[in-house]
Amino acid sequence: MDSNSLMQFAGAVASGAVRVVDLTFTLSPDFPVIVLPPEFGQAAPVRIQKISQYDAAGPAWYWNNLTFGEHTGTHFDAPIHWFTGKDLPNNSVDTLPPRDMIAPACVIDCSTDAARDPDFLLTIPAVEAWEKRHGRIPQRHWVLLRTDWSKKGWRDYANLKDDGAHTPGPDAAVMRWLVEERSVIGFGTETIGTDAGQGGHLDPPYPAHHFLHGGGRYGLQCLCNLDQLPPTGAVVVAAPLKIQNGSGSPLRVLALVPSA
Amino acid sequence: MQNTIRTPYDRVVMAVPVTIPYVRYSIESAQWWIGRALRSLVDGAGITPRDIDGFCVSSFTAGLDSGIGLTQHFGLCVRWVDTIPLGGASAIAALRRAARAVQAGDARIVACVAGDTNHVDSFRFTLENFSRFNQDAVYPYGAGGANASFALIARNYMRTFGARREDFGKIAVAQRANALRNPNALMKSPLTIEQYMAARPIADPIHLFDCVMPCAGAEAFLVMGEDVAASLKLPAVKILATIERHNAFGDDPVQVRGGWAMDVDELYTMAGVKPDDLDFVETYDDYPVISMMQFEDLGFCRKGEGPDFVRQHDFTIDGSFPHNTSGGQLSVGQAGAGGAYLGVVEAMRQVLGLAGPTQVKDARIGLASGFGMINYDRGLASGAAILAGPGA
Amino acid sequence: MIEPIAKPRRKNPLARTRLPTSPPHPRSRKSHGLTRAAAEGRFMLQRCGACGAFSYPARDACPACLSADLAFVDAPRRGTLLSETTLHVPADVHFRERAPWRVGLVAMDCGPRLVTHLHADCEEGRPVVMSFQLDKSGQAVAFAYPERETPNMTDDRQWREMTADPKFRRVLVTNGRSVVGQEVVTALKSAGASILFVGVAEPWKPFRGEEALRALEGVQIVPLDIGDEKSVMDLAADIGGKVDILVNTSEHVRAGGLLDRQGTSVVRDEIDQSYLGFVHLAQAFGPAMRARGADGVNSAAAWVNILSVYALANWPAFGAYSASQAACLSLSHCLRAELRPGGVKVVNAFAGPLDTEWFQTVPPPKVAPRVLASAIVSALKRGLEDIYVGDVAEDVRQRLAANPKAVERELGA
Repeated sequence: MDSNSLMQFAGAVASGAVRVVDLTFTLSPDFPVIVLPPEFGQAAPVRIQKISQYDAAGPAWYWNNLTFGEHTGTHFDAPIHWFTGKDLPNNSVDTLPPRDMIAPACVIDCSTDAARDPDFLLTIPAVEAWEKRHGRIPQRHWVLLRTDWSKKGWRDYANLKDDGAHTPGPDAAVMRWLVEERSVIGFGTETIGTDAGQGGHLDPPYPAHHFLHGGGRYGLQCLCNLDQLPPTGAVVVAAPLKIQNGSGSPLRVLALVPSA
Repeated sequence: MQNTIRTPYDRVVMAVPVTIPYVRYSIESAQWWIGRALRSLVDGAGITPRDIDGFCVSSFTAGLDSGIGLTQHFGLCVRWVDTIPLGGASAIAALRRAARAVQAGDARIVACVAGDTNHVDSFRFTLENFSRFNQDAVYPYGAGGANASFALIARNYMRTFGARREDFGKIAVAQRANALRNPNALMKSPLTIEQYMAARPIADPIHLFDCVMPCAGAEAFLVMGEDVAASLKLPAVKILATIERHNAFGDDPVQVRGGWAMDVDELYTMAGVKPDDLDFVETYDDYPVISMMQFEDLGFCRKGEGPDFVRQHDFTIDGSFPHNTSGGQLSVGQAGAGGAYLGVVEAMRQVLGLAGPTQVKDARIGLASGFGMINYDRGLASGAAILAGPGA
Repeated sequence: MIEPIAKPRRKNPLARTRLPTSPPHPRSRKSHGLTRAAAEGRFMLQRCGACGAFSYPARDACPACLSADLAFVDAPRRGTLLSETTLHVPADVHFRERAPWRVGLVAMDCGPRLVTHLHADCEEGRPVVMSFQLDKSGQAVAFAYPERETPNMTDDRQWREMTADPKFRRVLVTNGRSVVGQEVVTALKSAGASILFVGVAEPWKPFRGEEALRALEGVQIVPLDIGDEKSVMDLAADIGGKVDILVNTSEHVRAGGLLDRQGTSVVRDEIDQSYLGFVHLAQAFGPAMRARGADGVNSAAAWVNILSVYALANWPAFGAYSASQAACLSLSHCLRAELRPGGVKVVNAFAGPLDTEWFQTVPPPKVAPRVLASAIVSALKRGLEDIYVGDVAEDVRQRLAANPKAVERELGA
């Protein structure tokens, strides 16, 4: 690509010919986080503590101290997050190749299914049906699962019952297939995890984590505004914080969409 | 109660009764008031401050100063000094100590002074910091100060002995009548029994006219040898007898008598007089009930007969029982520790015939008493003196 | 006889809130023997170890025999009211605002005489029962009440000044998720609290008892995550001016000490939830409570901490948790000092292991949450400052008084 093309692209962004869609929830203390049994270590919740706000602690400036776990808010999962990816090269957020941070996306709309069944699982036939309409998923693309889950109130969003969360996600076969047969760069969801709420009962448990990270691929979760993306043609910019040996991080996820 | 033989106060006299006229509030310090009294003593005696070689002082509001610091403040070089923090008994105690010092030759001329200022907040400060027991166990209970403590005593006394508010009122009204003849009294308007009865309650059964008015002022006198007084040509007051007692009758559940009752026989024996021989009486009148108690404890009637005694007598200067002839603290004002001196100094004037408008006719012998220090539930200190003029 | 107090009307928003004032607070050091008695609801007087005489006020030598052996011991509470007075014109601002105020002189059956605050139903010449109470300055004062219960006894105006009775008061219970929190809500409701704000963190997480809690009349579920400064501040901005009693029922219990734990995240959670949570609550709600200490019938009255008794002595099996509780205990003393100008009490309820899931493996005796809740309400009604709830708490308290070193060795065995 010559510099002219890149300038044309910048001009298209500036003019609105390329629309920038923000796929990110605001990072806030009250946003739901992953719930593990309490005897396990827990993700530190998001905390924003004011250092000063034009006051005695800092007369002319405002700033905060932040604390949060790597997996809070809209966040990125690196391969090192799961045991299956622990020995891969460049498997942490500080070492992953920068070029992987910009990639096209296929958006699979399952919002109708998810509305019907909170435990809806994406399957290979469902993806194949999508491919019939939109073409085969190209290599090194993100697959984003649209469920409209991000539009729910937070209690329904977390949807915790006595037996855990009930939120949609992929089944085990489709995850293995997407990684091995479609070579996706990653898988993204609107829910709190890349896996379904009941994903622990699949084989293997948490198949999205298992296969994505075992294959050196990435996860994105707690996305929103997927309904503003076309099935194909959007480009996702997802650059996690460069945390030393980090397993993931909250980040700003942007999608570049050609104007209709 | 059993007395040993007391040495009489032979050849010791009191002279130069001094009152620095009171004001309700003063922006001056206690030291200022004490200084004015010292100056009046010196002027009145025709001496210089160098002639004073003994100094006895009482004050609630002198702050960090005791007698020793005040010697430097006032340029006094003395060979005997005392600070007496006995509240309403301070004057009797000062008199007793000074007289013995002079008698023993430890001092030649002792200045006895009580002076206090009254800033807008000094009375409350005094209440708050009165004593440990008071601070621990009295003041936190409604912060009523002495009014509350004497209310408990008065109520019990009324119930036990049948005293009525009217009886207390009679004492207060008579004192007001006396005060109207005393130009230095702060209370200038007459008081009727109706006004007394209608006054607002302060701490039941204590009402407004049962209470003294805190003010600023000073009182003083000199104690010296009879010969010294004669050489200075000063009219001299003889000390016929004194008593002093502290923390008496501690087992009485509520105070119904003061320490006088323990020593009253000795008082009259030492003086060689009977109660009937007295021409006037100056009781310590922080509240009328305490004056009534003293009529009993000082031998004018028996315990419980105080109310009847009051009903039978006229307490004005010209009455059957001239009492608190200056108007007393109830009508003159209570200048802190000066309140202890008020009766003693007035008694000196009476026996010397120098009382002017409040003079009791032909007064030769009189009694002055002191009472003080509500430390917890009762007044602890009591004292009395019988004084006589030159003609007695 | 006492008229029952009426439920306070809504405040006139045009009226200035009267600022709290303190009754006279200076005391001798020895007198704090009574402060200790009052804090725990005991009636103690000095008794001479040599001659057996009781004495009062606090002394440094026996007035009967001059012995210095004058320990504070539990004393018979009965006495007779000898004399009384009603103060109409007290000398300081606090009582002047509360005049008329009734005090009396009581002769104790065991000897001493006490100047005392009086319950309105006390009659001269009649028997009374004494207690030491903490007044609005936080200092101990004697209080006399009738020997037999009288109608609406706890509505006595002077008594209510000495207590933090929940009746008609609005209470924030910080954690409605816990069993303890829910029991506290129920107990306070029975005690007449008018509004119960019940904090729930992460409201998107359901919890057991939620429906019953929501169904209780007077309960308002409010979002509150005490580990999050902003959440606490936001809630205080909404309801801070209406919280008369705050009961911090937040609990974060994890087993384990130092060496067998990996890393600090669990310890950090304990500190975040317990200690920093306390800090957040105090900074958000404390100032308004302190300012509202004299705000009528439903003035701000008390702050309740539920602390493990192992705040007093580390229990290594729950070693880091014990330390987080010790930190809170220390902070509670700071809060107590800072709330004192408002006359707001800080009640510490020291409990042994609770009968809750985090103490599952701990053998009995354990404290039922309901028992803890009822002890807290009782402490508020009686105006206590330190309570020990359950056999283990009482056991630790007594053993600490006897020999703290023995407690350390035995807890660590």
